[in-house]
Amino acid sequence: MSLLSTYSGLFLSAFATTLKLFAFSAVGSLLLGTILAMMRVSPVPVFRAAGATYVTLVRNTPLTLVFFFFTFAYPLLKILKLDYEQGAIVALTLYTSAFICEVVRSGINTVPVGQAEASRALGLTFTQMLGSVVLPQAMRSVVPPLVSTLIALLKNTTVSAGFSVGDAGAIQSTLSEEGANMLVGLSWVAFFFVVLVLPLTFLQRSLEKRWSVAR
Amino acid sequence: MSNVLFDVPGPKARLRHQILAVVGVIGVAGIVGFIGYRFYDSGQFAPKMWEWLQYTTIQEQLAERILATLKAFALGAVMAMLFGAILAAGKLSEHAIWRGPATVIVEVFRAIPLLIMIFFFYFGLPAIDIKMSQFTAVVVGLTLYNGSVLAEVFRAGIMSLPRGQTEAAYALGMRKTQVMVLVLLPQALRVMLPTIVSQLVVLLKDTALGFIINYKELLDYAKYLGGQGQFGRPLVPVTLVVAAIYVTMCLLLTWLAVTLEKRNRRDKKLTPIDTKALDDVAIPAASQSM
Repeated sequence: MSLLSTYSGLFLSAFATTLKLFAFSAVGSLLLGTILAMMRVSPVPVFRAAGATYVTLVRNTPLTLVFFFFTFAYPLLKILKLDYEQGAIVALTLYTSAFICEVVRSGINTVPVGQAEASRALGLTFTQMLGSVVLPQAMRSVVPPLVSTLIALLKNTTVSAGFSVGDAGAIQSTLSEEGANMLVGLSWVAFFFVVLVLPLTFLQRSLEKRWSVAR
Repeated sequence: MSNVLFDVPGPKARLRHQILAVVGVIGVAGIVGFIGYRFYDSGQFAPKMWEWLQYTTIQEQLAERILATLKAFALGAVMAMLFGAILAAGKLSEHAIWRGPATVIVEVFRAIPLLIMIFFFYFGLPAIDIKMSQFTAVVVGLTLYNGSVLAEVFRAGIMSLPRGQTEAAYALGMRKTQVMVLVLLPQALRVMLPTIVSQLVVLLKDTALGFIINYKELLDYAKYLGGQGQFGRPLVPVTLVVAAIYVTMCLLLTWLAVTLEKRNRRDKKLTPIDTKALDDVAIPAASQSM
C-alpha cells in the first residue's frame, strides 16, 4: 500500500498513457480492420489479394518486431516524423487491424447465404446489402470475439514500454531507478490490469451467452 | 464462401469491377511503390547495406539466434501444454476444491499482460532472492500465459463432445479416469489440434518479447547487427530479413495446422469404411458375398 501511495502519480500517469494508447489504436484498428475486411470480401480480386497478403504478413509477425520497425527502422526512411507514442499507436493499429479484419470477415461468413441471396433478389446493391442486411446480422457474432481482440490490444499496449513509451509497462523501469521494491510494484501493475480486463471479459461472456441463443 | 455476397457480374458490373481493379492496382502499387521509393531514396537498397548477409560468421550467429528463439518456443510449448492440461483437468473436476483455484488461475493469468509477467519474474523476483536468467523468465512467462489459454481450449474441446460419449462410457462400467483417457481425450484432441497449433504460433511470436529483457534471441541480434557501423548500420535490411524469418517460421507452423485439419477431415470420411470392415469381420456371410 505504501508503495502505491508513494508512487500514485507515476501509476496514474502510466495507466493514463496505457488507456490513451488503447483508445487511439482501438479506434484506428477498428476502422482499418473493417476496411480490410470489406476488401477481403469485395468482388474485385486485387482488393481481395491485397487484403489477404496484409493479413497473412501481419498476423505472422511478432508485435515486438512491428514496434522494433517503427522505433528503429522507420525513422531512417524519413517519411513522416512520429514520436515514440505516435509510433506505438501506429504499430498497435497496424498489428491489431489484421486480427479485427479476420474477426469481421468470419462474422460476415456466419450470415446464412440465403440472406445475401434474398437481398440480391430484392435488387439491393452490394453496398446496400452489406450495410443494411449482412453487417447488422454479422455484428451479433462479431462483437464477442471483437471484445477479446480489444482485450488483447489492451494487454499488448505494454509492449510499447520496451520502446521508450511511458505506459504501465514502463512503471517497472522508474521503480528500479528509484530503488523501490519491484516485486510489490509489478504485483500492483498486474493487479490493475486484472481490474481493467476482467470486466471486459465478463461483458464478452454475457454478450456471447445472450446472443448465441438468438441465432 | 464470401463470393455468395455478390451476383455473377453482368457487363456493366464487369466494367465497373475492371475499373475498380485498375484503380486498386494503381492504389496498391502506389503505396508499395512509395514505400519502396523511400527505401531506395534513403539508401536502404545500396549493396553495402546488404553485404552482411554474405559473411559466414554472421550467418552462423543468425542461425544460433534462431535456435535460441526456437529453444524458448519448444520448451515453452511443451510446458504450456502440460500446465494447460493440469489446469483443464482442474477446471473439469467435479470437486469444487480443484475447480475453484483452477478457474481463478486461468482468469488471472489470462488477464495479466505477458510482458508484465516476464518483468515480474525477471525484475520482481530478485527482491525475494529468486534470480532467473532471461531465458527462464521468458519460458516461465510463456508457460503460465499460454498454459492458461490452452486450458480453456482443452476444456472447450472436451465439452464440445456429445454427452452420449461420457454416458455410454459410464454405462460400460468405466471409471472416471478411464472415461477421460480412453474415450474423451482421443476424440477431443482431434477437434482441438488446429486451435492448439494456432496458439503455438502465438507462443512463437511472443518469444520476441524476450528482446525487451535482453534475452539473446533473434530480434536482439537484429538490433546488434543493425548498429554495426562497418556494414553501414543496416537496420532496415536486417529488420526485413528478420521479419521474413519470423513470418516463415510462423507460416510453417500454420501450414502444419492446416495439414492436420485436412488429415482430421479425411479421417472422419474414413470412419464409415472402418465400421464396414468391422461389420464384415463380424458377419462372415457378408464377406463371402464380396
